Amino acid sequence: MKLSPPAVRVRDLHKSYGNFEALRGISFDIEAGETFALLGPNGAGKSTAIEILEGYRDRTAGEVRVLGVDPQRGGLAWKSRLGIVLQSTGESGNVTVTEQLTHFAGLYPRPRRVAEVIEAVGLESKAKTRISKLSGGQRRRVDVALGIIGRPELLFLDEPTTGFDPEARHQFWDLVRRLQAEGTSILLTTHYLDEAAQLGDRAGVINDGLLIDIGAIGEIGGADARVPLVRWRDASGTFQEQRSDEPARLVAALVAASGAEPTVLEVIRPSLEDIYLGLVQGSRSGPVTSVATAAALGKDPGVLA
Amino acid sequence: MSRIDANTGSAPARLGQFLRVGLSRIGYETRIYFRSADSIFFTFLFPFIMLVIFTAAFEARGKIGAAPDGTGGISVGAYYLPGMLAAGMLLSGVQNLAVDIAGEKSDGTLKRLGGTPLSPLSYFIGKIGQVLVTGIVQAALLILVAHSILGIALPDEAGKWLTFAWVFLFGVITSAFLGISLSALPRSGRSATAVVIPVVLVLQFISGVYLEFYKLPEWMQTAASVFPLKWMAQGLRGVFLPENFVNLEQNGSWDFQLVALNLAIWLLVGLGVSRLTFRWIRKNT
Repeated sequence: MKLSPPAVRVRDLHKSYGNFEALRGISFDIEAGETFALLGPNGAGKSTAIEILEGYRDRTAGEVRVLGVDPQRGGLAWKSRLGIVLQSTGESGNVTVTEQLTHFAGLYPRPRRVAEVIEAVGLESKAKTRISKLSGGQRRRVDVALGIIGRPELLFLDEPTTGFDPEARHQFWDLVRRLQAEGTSILLTTHYLDEAAQLGDRAGVINDGLLIDIGAIGEIGGADARVPLVRWRDASGTFQEQRSDEPARLVAALVAASGAEPTVLEVIRPSLEDIYLGLVQGSRSGPVTSVATAAALGKDPGVLA
Repeated sequence: MSRIDANTGSAPARLGQFLRVGLSRIGYETRIYFRSADSIFFTFLFPFIMLVIFTAAFEARGKIGAAPDGTGGISVGAYYLPGMLAAGMLLSGVQNLAVDIAGEKSDGTLKRLGGTPLSPLSYFIGKIGQVLVTGIVQAALLILVAHSILGIALPDEAGKWLTFAWVFLFGVITSAFLGISLSALPRSGRSATAVVIPVVLVLQFISGVYLEFYKLPEWMQTAASVFPLKWMAQGLRGVFLPENFVNLEQNGSWDFQLVALNLAIWLLVGLGVSRLTFRWIRKNT
């Protein structure tokens, strides 16, 4: 089935800064047309990894191919096939949105239409406004617009929706889905796990420079982490929790046993966020603290009835 | 489609693309220059302000270079015009670009550009072109103001204007490359003005921009002779001052060949340093 080569291929990637090992051997592929979410806490090595792929940093060891090219040797032709939305917002405040996009469009061989991109990021009413006069979230949308103006084959989105209001975020998701429909490969990092769940095909979780899990968004963390949790208050007023693959049957049994409607009943399916927190905290040696973590670990901690 | 695909095209097509993008960057850069209050005030208008201040402050001292009986000589404004033009060349090139590029480095502009298919060649064309455009407009307005408002006489020989043209263009382009070179020095955009302005200011004081060069101690004149500003100012004095002022020069001559030689050496230094030190980003920091 896989006719086209992967958009990104990373094998045993290492990166050291002096004695500090930021990446300790990570490997993954991003297939052509796929959206891959790279997740992990601050300082885990996400930005180091993404900047190596973008050609901004040199690796210490390992093999990297981005659109078939080693990023350390990527020329202008290679760069014209990439779209990069950096984590930090750029300045250039003294030009208008239209001027900035028109200028950047001129750098690429097959750019998108400027008006179309401005509309896609929802900045029509600000097209003639200087970028310095925009709010933080609006400037971030300019960053996204500059990332897609060159009609990239591979788009890097490094925490793209920081500072977006909920409506802007949903608008951005629609935009990404249109890019996906056009076949754009996307590498996304985000701290919003719902965003990763909405947009990603697969995810990798990186922590302390290692890839601690990788898989389809719906499977990451393993089946155990996804077992639903039923929570209710019993007749004596104490909270009870129980994991079950058959939560409806459990609830029915509860009703049958007590003969009454259990109060404050909840059936919780662990979200990607719960699973992610479980993965990240479980990979550390420290004690497990939050309920979400205990739930996501799926290892039947003692608190469960 | 008139757009050439730079990435698959032949070498001449690629060069054409670099030039086309470079030209579009000149427009973009010049627009940003004129929208920045800092560059308008500290680079573009600065020589005007200084010329007006010097003219007003030293008017009472009478004419410069007058004979003991009070005849001959020229007004303070007329004497300072070539110096202020030279200062404008230095500010438009060195100060403007050193501060501008150091700022672009620290605010992420260069990092962003480094992720696009923009060639550094096109980027440099944009910067040099911006310096040329703004420098020419600045010099033209300065000469216009000097003549029409301050009543300063201008040379009427075509040969003098030809000399002006080459000294000016050579000097501005050299200044531009020295500005790109100097932009590597500041560690942050915020420290850029603190690093660049003292350099530029000291050069202006020792090179005959604010102080009459022939009155400076010899060691200072010798020190200034190493740097290009002294030669730009001298070359422009040779254009704008009456011929008898040549006697006030160090060698009793305008030394246009030495002007050309010094600017050529600094142009090569600027080109070399720019090429060696310019990076979109500092990798691995």
